[in-house]
Amino acid sequence: MNPPPAICTSPAAPTDSIRTPWAEFWRKFRRQPVALVAGAFVGLLVLMAIFAPALVPFHAEDYFDYDALNNPPSWQHWFGVDPLGRDIFSRILVGARISLAAGFISVAVGAIVGTLLGLIAGYYEGWAGQLIMRFSDVLFAFPGILLAIGIVAILGNGMVNVVVAVAIFSIPTFARLVRGNVLSLKHLTYIEAQHSIGAPDWTIILRHILPGTMATVVVYFTMRIGTSIITAASLSFLGMGAQPPTPEWGAMLNEARADMVTSPHVAIFPSLAIFLTVLAFNVLGDGLRDSLDPKIDQK
Amino acid sequence: MLRYLIKRLLGLAPTLIIVAVLVFLCVHLLPGDPARLAAGPDAPPETVELVRKDLGLDRSIPEQFLRFISGAVRGDFGKSIRTRRLVSAEIAERFWPTFWLTFWSMAWSVTVGLAIGTVAAVWRNRWPDRIGMVFAISGISFPAFALGMVLMEIFAVQLGWLPALGAESWKHYILPSLTLGAAVAAIMARFTRSSFVEILQEDYVRTARAKGLSEPVVVIKHALRNALIPVVTMMGLQFGFLLGGSIVVEKVFNWPGMGRLLVDAVEMRDYPVIQASVLLFSLEFIVINLIVDLLYGFINPTIRYK
Repeated sequence: MNPPPAICTSPAAPTDSIRTPWAEFWRKFRRQPVALVAGAFVGLLVLMAIFAPALVPFHAEDYFDYDALNNPPSWQHWFGVDPLGRDIFSRILVGARISLAAGFISVAVGAIVGTLLGLIAGYYEGWAGQLIMRFSDVLFAFPGILLAIGIVAILGNGMVNVVVAVAIFSIPTFARLVRGNVLSLKHLTYIEAQHSIGAPDWTIILRHILPGTMATVVVYFTMRIGTSIITAASLSFLGMGAQPPTPEWGAMLNEARADMVTSPHVAIFPSLAIFLTVLAFNVLGDGLRDSLDPKIDQK
Repeated sequence: MLRYLIKRLLGLAPTLIIVAVLVFLCVHLLPGDPARLAAGPDAPPETVELVRKDLGLDRSIPEQFLRFISGAVRGDFGKSIRTRRLVSAEIAERFWPTFWLTFWSMAWSVTVGLAIGTVAAVWRNRWPDRIGMVFAISGISFPAFALGMVLMEIFAVQLGWLPALGAESWKHYILPSLTLGAAVAAIMARFTRSSFVEILQEDYVRTARAKGLSEPVVVIKHALRNALIPVVTMMGLQFGFLLGGSIVVEKVFNWPGMGRLLVDAVEMRDYPVIQASVLLFSLEFIVINLIVDLLYGFINPTIRYK
């Protein structure tokens, strides 16, 4: 949203510091210890994902310990060994790389395309806007994962196609969100002022309306990554995404189904990995929303 | 009311037509020749041509589309490539297990979600709220297939209390519907809470308190009804989520439903089954959202249908 008003109603507020949007955000965000922890955890996950190849104690796909098949967690194998003799900890680390990349890329593509469509649909309400909104209504007529399954059925199995599918079904949500924002922003005085000095449409849209929509997009982006990681993992679980032996978390769980009774740790650790990762993104998203939404101020 | 219903039904037409076109085109977008798929990989070219004629795939695209639509309206989607049975028969036996699974999941998750959300809003920022919201955010973060496997491990494998696979008795419904409903319960709880928190600050709630009504009467009679309005919309959206979720949960629990039918069909490129189930899933989703819109009128008397 637009920068917070300079006049502060609270008498206790320091008069010498100017509140930039960033300072305001940080002031609210650091008061939420849980969100801070989640943010730190996400940071750690990203670092682990980037350096996974250097961190793994064993090769995720080509290491087989035939003397330790199905062994539970031990000092040598922190998360135990799977029925093929592979080290589960190493596989989870490499899997983090796949899941985070899939979640991030698909949401980024969905957010960029959706934001652009939303800007156009909100600014030009005529036939272009109508067309874009009809298109997103149709995408909404399918339950999310069904749409993804349909797209993967057409494109074929594989992680890249899963990312494409998840990106496509993120587009309409961002388009609607941004359009709603634009509709409320474009009648504000500062936009009118831009019109009156003869600024071209694209300058107004990109330099004056887009920044106003960014807070919502960032919050939604963070929350959406969690959902996308789940959807991508679900598709792999259904056998449509990453294929064995790729250590994608959903695919690992699918492989573990057969050995649930004898070696539960093979299923428990990938489950926990997905749960904690998605939880961190969701908690972080909640925290960002509470610190970026100007409506939630007084408490 | 009737006029509104008719208007809404007509409004559905364009969406339904586009969905039908997409589902129809899906056959032609699928990799591989559908006639070759139907005939089998070893069939000689003459047989493939015969099958092509038999399926009507040698006609022009608009002609095929008309045939598809007129068939679909009568519930005729042709024969499954995998089992050679009528698609309508396949779906008929798979429909009810999925219907009841989603129904029971929705029933428990909405009840529990509403209860948790209400309690959290009334005791806002105190321990019932915190516990409820920890449950809620965990619920939306635990993917259904992982939760299903963990529940199965605990209650079926370790404790042996409940059956793990299949859909024979009511006991079989417990674990899958718990798994499927968890995320919805969590979303409903979060949504009810935020809707309730806003309502509790309204003037009429203060008035109700000021005239000396007891807190339970204020919460249940004055606040709950108003808080329900946005919650009901959310319910409609969640049904779509459940329909989608059932696809995954059915695979975990080997449930003989529509979701597994679809997944198997995608695997085998069994396009008549894919078309019929995708169409049915979307139709269900659209109809449920319509019902939810109509439900509004009963909860919120200020809405007039025009």
